[in-house]
Order: sequence, then C-alpha cells, then structure tokens
Amino acid sequence: MEKAVKDAFNQGSARANAAYEIGRRRFMVDPITRLEGHGKIDIFLDEKGDVERAYMQVPELRGFEVFSIGRPAEDMPQITSRICGVCPTAHHMAATKCLDDLYKVEPTPTGRKIRELVYNTFMLEDHALHFFVLGGPDFIVGPEAPPAERNIVGVIGKVGLDAGKKVIGTRRRLRELITYFGGKVVHPVLGLPGGVSKGLNPADLPKFKQLAADAVEFATWTLDVLKKIVLGNPEYVKMITSEAFTHKTCYMGTVDDRNRVNFYDGQLRVVDCNGKEIFKFAPRQYLDYVAEHVEPWSYMKFTFLKPRGWKDFVEGPDTSIYAVAPLARLNAADGMATPLAQAAYEDFYKTLGGKPVHHTLANHWARVIEMIQAAERMQELVNDPEITGTEIRRIPTAVPQEGVGVVEAPRGTLFHHYRTDERGLITMANMIVATQNNSARIAMSVERAAKGLIKGGKVTEGLLNKVEMAFRAYDPCLGCATHSLPGHLPISLRIFDHKRELVEELRQD
Amino acid sequence: MSKPKVAFYWCASCGGCEETVVDLAEDILGVVEKVDIVLWPVAMDFKYKDVEAMPDKSILATLLNGAIRSTEQEEMARLLRRKSQYMIAYGACAHLGGIPGLANQFTREHILKFNYEDGPAMANEKKTRPQLVTEENGRTPRLPALTNVVRSLDQVVEVDYYVPGCPPTPKITRAAVTALLENRLPPKGSVIAPDIALCNECPRKATKPANISFREFKRPHQAIMDPEKCFLAQGVVCMGPSTRSGCEAACISGGMPCTGCFGPTSRVHDQGLKIMSSLCSNLEPKDEQGISAVLQGIPDPIGTFYRYGLAKSLLRRKVNLPTD
Repeated sequence: MEKAVKDAFNQGSARANAAYEIGRRRFMVDPITRLEGHGKIDIFLDEKGDVERAYMQVPELRGFEVFSIGRPAEDMPQITSRICGVCPTAHHMAATKCLDDLYKVEPTPTGRKIRELVYNTFMLEDHALHFFVLGGPDFIVGPEAPPAERNIVGVIGKVGLDAGKKVIGTRRRLRELITYFGGKVVHPVLGLPGGVSKGLNPADLPKFKQLAADAVEFATWTLDVLKKIVLGNPEYVKMITSEAFTHKTCYMGTVDDRNRVNFYDGQLRVVDCNGKEIFKFAPRQYLDYVAEHVEPWSYMKFTFLKPRGWKDFVEGPDTSIYAVAPLARLNAADGMATPLAQAAYEDFYKTLGGKPVHHTLANHWARVIEMIQAAERMQELVNDPEITGTEIRRIPTAVPQEGVGVVEAPRGTLFHHYRTDERGLITMANMIVATQNNSARIAMSVERAAKGLIKGGKVTEGLLNKVEMAFRAYDPCLGCATHSLPGHLPISLRIFDHKRELVEELRQD
Repeated sequence: MSKPKVAFYWCASCGGCEETVVDLAEDILGVVEKVDIVLWPVAMDFKYKDVEAMPDKSILATLLNGAIRSTEQEEMARLLRRKSQYMIAYGACAHLGGIPGLANQFTREHILKFNYEDGPAMANEKKTRPQLVTEENGRTPRLPALTNVVRSLDQVVEVDYYVPGCPPTPKITRAAVTALLENRLPPKGSVIAPDIALCNECPRKATKPANISFREFKRPHQAIMDPEKCFLAQGVVCMGPSTRSGCEAACISGGMPCTGCFGPTSRVHDQGLKIMSSLCSNLEPKDEQGISAVLQGIPDPIGTFYRYGLAKSLLRRKVNLPTD
C-alpha cells in the first residue's frame, strides 16, 4: 500500500475511531451529570457459580430538562444539541419540530425541505461512520480477527484502497453540506419554528446535486460490500441469527402515511413480536403510549409501552419492552420510501425468513438499507425546484403552550416535549432519547451474554468482548451513543459470588 | 530526543470537543507525529494507574475539555495538573463551565425529582430513586453520587491556557497546538484566540451601526431577518460585541446571531455584564416603564448573556446552592 494512502487511512481511522469512542464513552442517558467515563455492569452469581443477576448500570445524570426551565423555547434547538456532540443534529431537529408544534406553525415547503435535506444527509453520514469504522469492521474483517485489524484499515485490506478514499471523502462532503446550512457541523444553528435560518443559493445547487448523486452510488456500493463480504460468509450469517443475539420484543419506528420508513416526520407505529401492528399514534399522543420505569440501580430510566404496563425484563408476545433504531424501524414499517431501498428491504426479509427479524446483529444490514433511503431522499430533495425557494420560514403567530417533536435519530426514536408560558418560556421540558427507548432490551442482552459466558464461577476468556458485542449491535449510545469499538469496551465489570463478596473486577478503558 | 508528551482528557461535556480534536488529526498530521500521546481515553487505551506512575511534570501539556461536576473528574484534573507542565482548558465547558453550567440555577434535588417523579412520562408510583447502594436479595449494586454545582476547570486547578469555543474550531486548535510545540506561547493565562471582539471578523460588520438606539428587541423567531445586515441593527440580540473572535462568525454564516461561546476578550471580566451594559445604555426610552417594555424582548437574561459562562461569571450559581 502506498505510504501516503496508508497514512490517510490511518488518520481517517483514528478520527473515526475517536468519534466512535466519543459516543460509546458517553453514557448520556437523559439530561445528565457525567459522573464516570465508564458504564458499569455488576454481576451476581448463585451458589453454583452461575449468573443470578446482571445489572447494566448508567452512572450519570445531567439536568438538561430542569435547566431548560425559563429559557426561551426558540433557544432549545441550540441548547439541547449539547446533550450530544456526536449526534447534535438529531436533538437540534427534534427540538425545532417541537417548536413548530408549540407555535402551531407549519414550516414553509422550502423550509421543510431544507430541514429534510440536512437531516437525511446527517443520517447517511452517521450510519456510514458506523458501518465502515465502528461496528461494521467486526463483520467485514471478521469477528475473530485480531482487534488491531478490526478497523477501517482492515476494511481497506478486505475491500480495496478505493473504499477508504470513498468513505472518508464522502463523509467529508456530507458534513460540508450540514455546515453550509447549519453554520457548524457540531451544534448547527439552522432550526427555528416555521422553517430554517438560511436558504440555498441556486449557484450552490450543482455541487449538492453532484453530492446527492454520489451519495446514492456510495450507499448502494455499501450494500454490495455488505452482501459480498458479510452475507457471503455462512459463519457470519450463523452468528447474526444465533439465539444469543435474538430477543423477541416489540418494535417502534416513524412511518409516513403509507407506513413506510421516514426519519424526519410521520406517525409512530409499534408492532408486537409477531410483527402485528399494536399501536399507531401521533407524536402528540406519546404520553399515552410511552412511559418510563425507574430501577434503583441505574440513573438510566427504562422506557416501556404504557398500555401494556411494566412487566420487568421479559420478552415474548405480551412484553411491554420495545426496541428502536434501524432494525426496529424496518420491522415497524411496511416498507421503505424509495425504490432502491425498497428492493434492499425485500431482499433483507426474504433472506432472514420474513418479518419481523429479531436478531439484534441484523441492525448492521438494516442500517445500510437506511443509508440507501437517506441518499435517495437527498437526491429527490436537491432535484425538487422548491429547495432553492426564498420563503424559508413562516413567522409564528399563535400563543405557545405545549409542543411535541419527534425524529428518528440514527439510534432510534427521539422525543422532545415542551410546555411554555404565553411568552414562550419553558415551564416543562421532557426528552426521551433514542437509546433510552432501547435500554431495557440492552439490559436483557447484557444479562444474557453474562449468563451464557459465566458457568460454575468460571469467567470465560474474552468475557468483556462478548458482553461488548451484546452492546455494540445496538450501536448504543446510552443516551446518545454508547458505541463500542471493536476490540474493547469502556466498561467496568464486577463479579460477586453467592455470599455477595467481590470476586473479580474487570475494567476495560 | 524523545517526543513531547501530550494528554487529552474529558469531564462533563457532550463529545463535540473530541470531534474537533479528531477532525484536526488530518490537518496536523505533521504535528501529531511530533508528539507522544500518553492519555486519550476517547481514542486510545490507557490506564489511570499508568498516568499516576509518571513523574510529575513529565507531560508537556494536557488538553482537558468539559466542566467539573464530580469528585472523579476533580481527582483526574488534579492528577493531570500535577503531571503536566501546561494545563490547557479546551472548549467552552472547561473554559467557562459551558451550557451544563446553566444547571447552577437549580438544585440537585430539583433535577432528581423531575427526572424520577415529576416527568410527564414517569410511571413510578413508589417514587423509586436511583440509590447509591441498592439492596436486592442481598445483592448490592452501587452508583456514584451527583454533585450540586458545575465548575470551570480553573475553579478546580490552575490553568495555563484556554482554547475557547463550543466546540473550538479546528483552526484555532491547530494554532494552539502549533504555538505549544514551537514554544511560541503567549503569556500564561491567555485565551489562545484573537483578542478582539467577534464583530471584527463578522461578514456583516459593514452594517453595524456606530450609534444605535433600541426601541425593541426581537427574538430570532419573531421576524424574518435580513441575511446581510448586522443583527443588532435589526434589533436582534447578538453576543458578538462582547465575545472573542476566532470562530470566523460560524453561527452568523448559518443565519443566526452569536450566542457567545468563545467567552469575553481579555479586557472584559464578565461577558454578560459587558453586553448588558452596552445594550442597556443604548435603549431609546429613558423612563422605567419604557425600559421594561423594551426589555420584554430579552425574557431570559441568564440564558442569553451567560449561556456558556454562568459557572465562571460573577453570578456563578443560585444563592445558597451548596457546592458538594
């Protein structure tokens, strides 16, 4: 490999790994006070030395909801983006949509389309990072490969030099589009009730048209990479479908009026573990369907389906636990909203034996299908004549009172809910972040991994890595992203025997 | 000759600063090759005890981002201070307390009560709260405690330099790292960014009025704003005049006013007071009723003028809020 190219890849890899680590180290569950850089798992053994109970804990809580009180609502898109520097665009957009609802103002067509363009670009960029650099290398290079090779450099080795150039270059251009409209890519500023703060100059359109065309090519090429390398290997397929990574829960995602996946807007649809629609509701009704349960051993709350009641950490037809994120979105919808993504969707369910798919690791494949939809949607938007319109915002006139805004963040459904006084000052803010919706299922996955790996008091070699896999499949950001890098996980794991004595402590930085 | 050692660490922050450091890597390939990164928990695998074992002052510089709000973070800040020749507060949270510092207006109890009891989606009739120690069939999982007050880094340890911004830009980060490696550092205590107000580099500078008289303040959502004209000239609060430059007016290029994340210039002690005194001395009405009518347009002075700097300001925190 040419040295310059190799250096570029190594740099790209270091950057992307670091971005990944940022997410995975951040246990930002919900308005949070960071307390430790580590997630915590306490495992308790019974007399035989088998696992009796594993507690997956999040040791942080900031106070975003409370310190939002008294702020002008229009500042919320910028304040709440600071919940997470890895996916600020998701919080920014959920907050902005919440302002539309609060002020009862419909964005202008151009305003809405610019938001959607930025949002789909963000979705594609974030998913690409995960697939090529973060979770994906596990599969592309191979789960048994040495950790040092399970990174983008290893990916290059497997798929060729051009791949690296393409991934790094495409992501850079996608981030430039977000900066164009948002001023900054980390903590953008475009969102206001009724539209956006900046329009698209027609002179700049050709460059974005080219980007969108390249994005579609990039996303479909990514699917080819996945198919050739991952799905072409029966061992991988066996792992994806293994019992250890399967949970029968409900699934939630946002759908359009034809029940197709939509990242930016729509109704929330929930299916049970048989794939049957059990609830469908508008964002405004979320309190009738979603509730939060507290366990004394974690600062993270566990979200469940309210009509079914909290039934503990159980799965099956009656469970009130639901999952969000790519696989859940596909399971909760009847199809994709764009043609190439729809074809990939049909192939996905045909290959994995029909809907719904319960294999957590299938999230990687679902993510690539979503990349295709995001790219196709970008292309639709840049070719829409209204995208360069000058009516980018509508001034709200209603007296504000209460609003709810929902988007599909890369890692799942994200709710923002504000109440204000008549001047539009926040009196109550509630946010339920993507990974919090997944928290119960993640806790179950971690416990299952522990139970499978610790027998007779013996801690299996590589326990942390396997527990990590239980995490990583969700691309979890316990609050925004507890991503985990192939090779290691930032957790501390403590094992107590039946007398509750600490017998072992493993810590992975 | 061995390469200078550099450490990165983070405390209470969102991860955006790390993104910037990471984005930088491509730009300063040459610089990165000149240093030995001894601690970067976000990107590399290092152990706390390895740092503890290093001789004092053996790290050239630590770049620390995030505010301080737990004993663990405070300990880490002290340890790195001891091991480093230069302690650099990186980003608005370490520099000024940042947006998490707005929590200093509220008590810990308020936060916990909302999160676990009063939140609209709570299903918690028993009012369960996370416990430092939980008892469940003899099993006792433990959690760390939360503190009341958010502090900037220099309220905990001595800080040599500051790199401002939420997040800092790759450009000013590169300038700071280069200054460090080439030993061209400004006087101790400096903020490493141009020491002049943002208006100086604002593309709308030409339309900034020399004399201004405010009849009303408009909030950004209340009016369609002229994309070329100074925000203040349009009656929209912009923190530019009391904020240090260096971001190249990023938010303004996104069509929104400055919110002050780079903090004040060296000549200003309290960023919020500075802009308040400047705005208020230019109100057109001179009677109390008229003045308060104009100020209706700034309904949240703390969040507007101290969005990033409350923890470090003269106001600092809610009256009688305990620090532990």
